[in-house]
Amino acid sequence: MRKNSRLPNLKNLGVLLRILVIVNLLGLLAAMLRSAEISDLPPLIAELSMQIQPILLTSILTLYLLYPLLIKLNYWQGITVIILVVISITTLIAMLFTIYLTFDTVSIPYRSIVLSSVTTAIVIYYFNLQQRAYSPAIAEARLQALQARIRPHFLFNSINAVLSLIRSQPKTAETALEDMADLFRVLMAENRDLVPLANEIALCKQYLSIESLRMEERLVLNWQIDKAPMDALIPPLILQPLLENAVYHGIEPIPEGGEISIIIEQKQNELMIKISNPCNTKNNDHDGNKMALKNIKERLALHFDLEASIKHRTINNQYTITMRLPYEKR
Amino acid sequence: MSEKLKILIADDETLARNRLKDLLSDLSDVVVVAEAKNGKQAIDLAVIEQPDLLLLDIRMPLMDGLEAAEHAQKLEQKPYIIFTTAYDTYAIKAFDVSAIDYLLKPIRIERLIAAIDKVRALKPMASAAQMEAIKSLQQNARSHLSIHERGRIILVPVEEVLYCRAELKYITVRTVEREYLLEESLTNLEAEFDTLFIRLHRNCLVAKQHISGYEKRPDEKGDLHWHALLKGVPDTIAVSRRQQHLIRKT
Repeated sequence: MRKNSRLPNLKNLGVLLRILVIVNLLGLLAAMLRSAEISDLPPLIAELSMQIQPILLTSILTLYLLYPLLIKLNYWQGITVIILVVISITTLIAMLFTIYLTFDTVSIPYRSIVLSSVTTAIVIYYFNLQQRAYSPAIAEARLQALQARIRPHFLFNSINAVLSLIRSQPKTAETALEDMADLFRVLMAENRDLVPLANEIALCKQYLSIESLRMEERLVLNWQIDKAPMDALIPPLILQPLLENAVYHGIEPIPEGGEISIIIEQKQNELMIKISNPCNTKNNDHDGNKMALKNIKERLALHFDLEASIKHRTINNQYTITMRLPYEKR
Repeated sequence: MSEKLKILIADDETLARNRLKDLLSDLSDVVVVAEAKNGKQAIDLAVIEQPDLLLLDIRMPLMDGLEAAEHAQKLEQKPYIIFTTAYDTYAIKAFDVSAIDYLLKPIRIERLIAAIDKVRALKPMASAAQMEAIKSLQQNARSHLSIHERGRIILVPVEEVLYCRAELKYITVRTVEREYLLEESLTNLEAEFDTLFIRLHRNCLVAKQHISGYEKRPDEKGDLHWHALLKGVPDTIAVSRRQQHLIRKT
């Protein structure tokens, strides 16, 4: 997962966006303080923005490039380096401005240095606070609460199915019980670390083989995972609840059943997972479905911030969920 | 009771039906006469086999167990009903306060025997009270209308119904193929299927999805009145003056 440093992850789009927003909001605030009338505001913003943006963008770019080095330092060393980098960039850009735009004599731009240092400190403090709010203990607790819960419906129906197999097909009953044991071991596990995609797929196959016992030929599976990066790290139980929904809402209400297709592939630095199943338009009790989706959305946000997304749509009685996650390896 | 109790099992999962059959085969005074994969099949088979007891799974495709229990009341010989369910908080809460019995999956033989003994001890009057309770359990609109016709029960899918028209004692239910007579009240049908049907006339409910358009036609006196045209049949439905505002909305 995250590296061992408490520094904000400067490779994360969400973090970079937040920096841009915070600094620009502070700029806006400064412009407001200086404007007496509302009509003064636009030119003031433009003027300030002209000074802020070059420093801001250059600093972000530099820190983005320096990030692999920064995470090797401890927290306070990292902060010191960040502030020093920002101060140097501020000085450099402010001096270039003076030379090329105002032709004044070059002096040290104290005001800019103090302002940009304070701004940097505010941003770092914000991330520190945010990190504390999402501190491992709290995030762990939230993940625990969000942990996927299998439907009791599935548990009891499966036990019922296995009971009926014991007399006639003891071998099949054995396999089914072993699959159930594996499934519930993962469901009850405390460990919420990312797991390799291969593990999750194996688990889903076990889950679906139990469902196939119950649904028989009504459940048709179409796995398209030849191009899936099996070493990609994903939150555990992110796929299984979606498949459970697909069976519950897509196969069970239809007398003749249908096909669930699962497509997993790598697209540049992203992992794309697509699950689709038939859906009965008449049947609109999708509350359970919404809950599972919301749950997965929150877990993705806790793990990947803005870099993961999940979308769903219904076209021609076909329900499709598309999930994108950053491709991370161990 | 010398004769064996005839039982019909309805569940969409083969293994669940097998489980019930296994358990029932251990009992001497019962016999499984039919197996159904959904509620509709259960009713169709019940018409032929005339079982004494229906074991109905609640969650089934096409027609659920609750609805099947309701249609079963029109059978010549009303069967006893026991529901089976894996997990259904809503229904279980409702069953606990009513006289209807239910079995939780996985089903235990002791519970099954107790439930069968209980329904056998019931008097026919009590079973009528049970059925009132089943009606109140229904949370969704029915998927089928059940038509009682010469000792048979015909299940008509609600989406095939073009219109329902009230006449004297009955309601005429029209599909593309034919007409049926139904013993229910138009007001109740209107309340149950308010998303599917629209009341175009005091005595007529029309399926919105089967209306192809509206046209003005003259009556005997030559006055023009709006009529609804239907897909697949030449029949038209007169729109009463009071309901004309509904046309504008569609």
